[in-house]
Amino acid sequence: MTEKKLTLALMDPPYESANSTTALRIISAALKKGIHVNVFAYEGAVCLPLKDQTPHANPVKGTTVEEEDHPTTKALISSLLEIGKENPLLTWVNCGLCVDERGAGNVVEGVRRGSPADFLKMAQESTNTLVIPTK
Amino acid sequence: MTNYLFIEARDPFASRDTEFLERTAIALRQGGHEVTVFLVQNGVLAARQNGSDAYLSRLVGAGVTLLADDFSLSERGIQAAEMRPGIQPAGIETLVDALLEENTKAIWH
Repeated sequence: MTEKKLTLALMDPPYESANSTTALRIISAALKKGIHVNVFAYEGAVCLPLKDQTPHANPVKGTTVEEEDHPTTKALISSLLEIGKENPLLTWVNCGLCVDERGAGNVVEGVRRGSPADFLKMAQESTNTLVIPTK
Repeated sequence: MTNYLFIEARDPFASRDTEFLERTAIALRQGGHEVTVFLVQNGVLAARQNGSDAYLSRLVGAGVTLLADDFSLSERGIQAAEMRPGIQPAGIETLVDALLEENTKAIWH
């Protein structure tokens, strides 16, 4: 294996756990080093790139949408996919059955549908694989 | 010899599961393997010297390499001077490098 490649399996849904933030930081750092990255999103993690997410104001603090500048995981993933468009390449696969269960098919551009068989292939072709479970 | 890389996101004040990590990491080290524990998220809370649980010091004593995510430390207001001896702050890039070391098994806990 000449080129370094990292595979991550994610399971946490957005806005539930610091695991998502850490995972996105790992992906970002790897891409900035020129490392190819595969992501297999499983269970609730298929909602991370959901296009229907919207930033919101915060009525408790009295801030507007603009002032709140709420980061959405879909925007963060879009940025990562832009960085990882070609070389280095970021491949993001959402588990299809998990998507169907959650009605989470409306995702940002660059995310594709797959199955656990894709995860096996990703792991086999990678330098290393990190599984980030929910608990 | 294998490199074992544990990524510890739990803190011992909330989960006794950190005992599993301590036992496993020390056993692997005693077996002659290189073992690194990278503390992240609430896992860094145990890095404070004035915390009552000293399991990280026992890991250091056993020859395990201890790193603590600088972002997680900063989020929780933990300064390097407050940390137990033997634990080094490290960027997430260090974790990426460790993941890409040959013959490394990575375990998120």
